[in-house]
Amino acid sequence: MALSSKTKAVLLGPLSKNNPIIVQVLGICSALAVTSKLEPSLVMAIAVTIVTAFANMIISLLRKSIPNRIRIIVQLVVVASLVTIVSEILKAYSYDVNKQLSVFVGLIVTNCILMGRLEAFALGNGPWPSFLDGIGNGLGYGWILVVVGFFRELLGSGTLMNFQVIPDALYEMGYENNGLMVLAPMALLLVGCIIWIHRANNKELQEETN
Amino acid sequence: MDAISLIVRSIFVDNMIFAYFLGMCSFLAVSKNVKTALGLGIAVTFVLVLTLPINYLLENYVLKAGALAWLGEEYATVDLSVFSLLIFIAVIASFVQLVEMVIERFSPSLYASLGIFLPLIAVNCAILGGSLFMQQREFANIGMATAYGFGSGIGWLLAIVGMAAIREKLEYSHVPKPLKGLGITFIITALMALGFMSFSGINI
Repeated sequence: MALSSKTKAVLLGPLSKNNPIIVQVLGICSALAVTSKLEPSLVMAIAVTIVTAFANMIISLLRKSIPNRIRIIVQLVVVASLVTIVSEILKAYSYDVNKQLSVFVGLIVTNCILMGRLEAFALGNGPWPSFLDGIGNGLGYGWILVVVGFFRELLGSGTLMNFQVIPDALYEMGYENNGLMVLAPMALLLVGCIIWIHRANNKELQEETN
Repeated sequence: MDAISLIVRSIFVDNMIFAYFLGMCSFLAVSKNVKTALGLGIAVTFVLVLTLPINYLLENYVLKAGALAWLGEEYATVDLSVFSLLIFIAVIASFVQLVEMVIERFSPSLYASLGIFLPLIAVNCAILGGSLFMQQREFANIGMATAYGFGSGIGWLLAIVGMAAIREKLEYSHVPKPLKGLGITFIITALMALGFMSFSGINI
């Protein structure tokens, strides 16, 4: 399928230059809390991508009939219904992951990525570009989650997707898992480092003040 | 006594920001100076204290499995908990709108200083998170739920004001260029969270 340059920008921009987490600072809350293992990070990334894409599309279809004053409530209702569907599906098909994610599936509702994209994009664009924008932002959110989840699980528990990857021989030589990586603050530190690397490579994103 | 220990616990041990990362978005965006941070913190605490008891009542008399028993025998098996997310967010969003209108009407000066933050609170994860944790922990009565809301709000306020104070001081230090702004904020938050972890495991 050939994509025009505009659709490409909509889809791929959020992966790097316009990344929702490290550039727009949206949706941090859930991003940090679920990343102590790779598996929940992946599930969360997929869930957010799906919800963002469809919420964007629905709001974009409704955009001409929503009164401006109550639009936030309308948006929240659309998003909350979608999230309820996703969370019921998760409960049915992967109950363990659902337990690990606990309230954070529900908190997709207040994930700022959703509101941000709905306000900034879906209200002013057609359904198809909005859908792509949702997918792009979901993926941009997702890859950060997966990278953080990867490092935290690898260094913190020596496993990936619950399979042991650090060989036993290494442990016998005195290698220890870094328990600190599993703790919550390390997620912040890792995201901080990702931002550092990203901005070192993209000079135009650097800020002048603290 | 239980209520007081719950408040202390939710301020220090289960701090919304440092233990659960809730309300991070506005925490990062609005922590540039102490005054606005304080205003937002107060607004969040206010909304938390008001919405938690309402959602508690809804949860226990409408949504939970068997919660509708007071309507009559035949309703005792109804389980509406699927809708809890929808109801909670609707309560919060309409409440924020209501608070906004009331403040606008009765105290224009407070409205002017909080103005932009008020609508933002509806999508602050800390508020919805408070309701969802309340649902998960099954508090014994409405007083405990309110105490939890108050404690979490104060914890959030403490965190954002502390952060804003540090960032004001940070103006004068040399931070590597790519780390300026967002990057260093993340790292400071991580260090603050590490500090707050020393409270965990405390039983009061």
